[in-house]
Amino acid sequence: MHNTEILSSKDIVSIPQTPHPSLRHRPRWGETIIQMFLFLSAAISILVTIGIVYELGTETWNFFGRTNWEDTNRQVATPIAATDTTIATTAGGSSIAVGRIIRVGDEQMMVTAVGENSLTVMRGQNGTTAVSHQAKLDVFTGKRVTLREFFTNIKWEPQIGNFGVLPLLNATLMTSAIAMLVALPLGLAVAIYLSEYAGQQARNVLKPMLEVLAGIPTVVYGYFALTFMTPLLRSLFGVETVQIYNTASAGIVIGILIIPLVSSMSEDALSAVPRSLREAAYALGATKLETAMRVVLPAATSGVAAAFIVAISRAIGETMIVAIAAGAGPNFTFNPFNAAETMTGHIVRISGGDLSYDSIDYNSIFAIGLALFAITLTLNIISRRVVTHFREEYE
Amino acid sequence: MSRKTFYPEGQTLQQFISRRHRVGIVWRVLFQAATVIAILALIALLYNIVIGAFGYVAIQNTVEPDTLALNGVPLEAQTKEQLTAALAENVSKGLMRRFENDQPFAERSRDNVYELVVERVVKPRIIRSWSLTESLFEREKIAAFMAEEPTAHLEFRRWINWRFLTTEQSSKPEFAGVRTALFGSLWVIAITLLVAMPLGVGAAIYMEEYAATIANPWWQRANSIIQTNINNLAGVPSIIYGILGLAIFVRALEAFTSGTMFGAVADPTTANGRTIVSAGLTLALLILPIIIINAQEAIRAVPNSLRQASMGLGATRWQTIRHHVLPAAIPGILTGNILAISRALGETAPLVVVGASTFITVDPNSPFSKFTTLPIQIYQWTARPQDEFRNIAAAAILVLLLLLLTLNASAVLLRNRYSRRLS
Repeated sequence: MHNTEILSSKDIVSIPQTPHPSLRHRPRWGETIIQMFLFLSAAISILVTIGIVYELGTETWNFFGRTNWEDTNRQVATPIAATDTTIATTAGGSSIAVGRIIRVGDEQMMVTAVGENSLTVMRGQNGTTAVSHQAKLDVFTGKRVTLREFFTNIKWEPQIGNFGVLPLLNATLMTSAIAMLVALPLGLAVAIYLSEYAGQQARNVLKPMLEVLAGIPTVVYGYFALTFMTPLLRSLFGVETVQIYNTASAGIVIGILIIPLVSSMSEDALSAVPRSLREAAYALGATKLETAMRVVLPAATSGVAAAFIVAISRAIGETMIVAIAAGAGPNFTFNPFNAAETMTGHIVRISGGDLSYDSIDYNSIFAIGLALFAITLTLNIISRRVVTHFREEYE
Repeated sequence: MSRKTFYPEGQTLQQFISRRHRVGIVWRVLFQAATVIAILALIALLYNIVIGAFGYVAIQNTVEPDTLALNGVPLEAQTKEQLTAALAENVSKGLMRRFENDQPFAERSRDNVYELVVERVVKPRIIRSWSLTESLFEREKIAAFMAEEPTAHLEFRRWINWRFLTTEQSSKPEFAGVRTALFGSLWVIAITLLVAMPLGVGAAIYMEEYAATIANPWWQRANSIIQTNINNLAGVPSIIYGILGLAIFVRALEAFTSGTMFGAVADPTTANGRTIVSAGLTLALLILPIIIINAQEAIRAVPNSLRQASMGLGATRWQTIRHHVLPAAIPGILTGNILAISRALGETAPLVVVGASTFITVDPNSPFSKFTTLPIQIYQWTARPQDEFRNIAAAAILVLLLLLLTLNASAVLLRNRYSRRLS
């Protein structure tokens, strides 16, 4: 009876159980370690971002949190005992308002009333203790940078307590706007020419030349701005109107720097528009220009817009050209022929010397850097959104 | 549908069409003009550098070399001993001792002593320099200037020359060179490459070969965050990396980057973190996203059939990557790396922030030395108001551009030589 069954369960069990040992799945520790290393290298980029945000954040926090002491040019007139609440000061100097923190020696006090050559104060503020002071000590007033001041004050003079980012921001926007006036029309025109008009031979010559333009270090463009563009502008508009350092020259040269970026990104977008669309337009009798401007360009809008936004971000972050050609010294001006320092230019100038840590200058470059980082990051994210959300898909 | 559509006919139609074509031609010319302007800008840029690097200079000697002739033997033909004697006669004893301390005269070459005599005794001073175009086309102006300066003589100067490449920095443009800066650039780039290349390529392999195979949704999410993050980092302005480098490498990791941790301080004055290591690491972070993105593209271009064939034969994922994907992708990866390196070579702003030295004449000899680089040198010379500094800035730019050209040409060669068609 048993023989009628071809295979019994007993037979199956008796099949040799273990195949050749090397065919069995083994944990591969070497591979796991390699994969972990590769993952860690990828994760470093996250660390870099965290590092940027953390460092910019904490130092900016310090910038807004620190008290900057200003000499009032007044001195303590008579010695102060530890319990006194009214202190006599010398005449003259800058006025002190009620509610301000003042500092005498190491002790901080808050002013509650101001009299003729005397101050009524609350002693031992901000963790300092009330002690007796000698006469002739200088009286300092303390001041914190407020966000409101940072964004509304039109002067940036850290040494005398003016912390308005507006002149720097304004200069950055001026150079960027001028750069865009140059780069966007020219870059787009170059892209349309390369994608719609130029033959293969012309493209083979022109595209590498534009790549060369894109590969030249920015410090070389700075040299170009100062030794070529500025003299050119001065000979065109007059030596009196155009200062040696000016935002126009820097802006134009940033524009030239960005043309290859705009043209190559836009050209990619234009070339991605399928041929069938162009042929359909030609079949309906459209001229080459009408096809390019009314069919191809609208179809590539998202890519072109993304290129424009990246270009703006690049212009705002551009440093060496403005550091060399735009001028050294914050200046709130709308005249493109005047010198004005941009945010990036300011960071370079301030950190160029031996910058001591925990100084107001050191903190301030982080605050400016954070503003710069926020602007460029936002622009880059918007640019990527524009591409993914507004892309016209053609099959 | 009250709007009336106008369809031209006959004569009007012809005019209409020819007008459209005329408009087309006008715009075509505009597009071409834009391209020409872009190319002209490139030409102007290069032209402007070349004319700065060559041209006439008016030189005034403090001591005429003729007066140093010995028994009718001109200075150039004198022996080392005669030159040493001339030097000793004309400079102070203290200075002679300093020269002796730097390098004993017995060991110095004749040319070296000759240079010392020229630099310290003859002391040529450039009182005016002209650009190449001025030198070629405005000879009368130059002649008029020279007529007013009878003690000066005119000389055609190639600002970029062998001497310029091999001498250290100097406060006098006549004697300044870029050797220190060249060595600085090479050191910084070497460190950048050592750090950024393995990390960048590793990250790219992970993102392309491993990230997609992981099914766990949490890991997938982490991977997509990493990818977005890499793309965003590529758009961060370079100066922000400089600030990061200043805060982390120069300040927080000072013990490491200044070398005090290893007890290897070349020069006690450099014992803060403003060293080659800090600069190299900062630039490594800067080019990391570029390397990753380029390497990812190169790896993505390897056809999937290659991976499937390898794994079908029983290779593990890493064996597949190591023996099939990487060899196929390596030309693309190298090209991307070289492009990233040329970006790092030209970077200036982050290094200024990290703290490149404004003036050093000693070659860097360890990763913990103070440093300056070629672009920093160009920046500092350009920022000086005197014409002569512009001239040496132009010469330094030519050196930098030649370096970059070599790098990029090798990238193109690599691409053409090793790119096999796989798909």
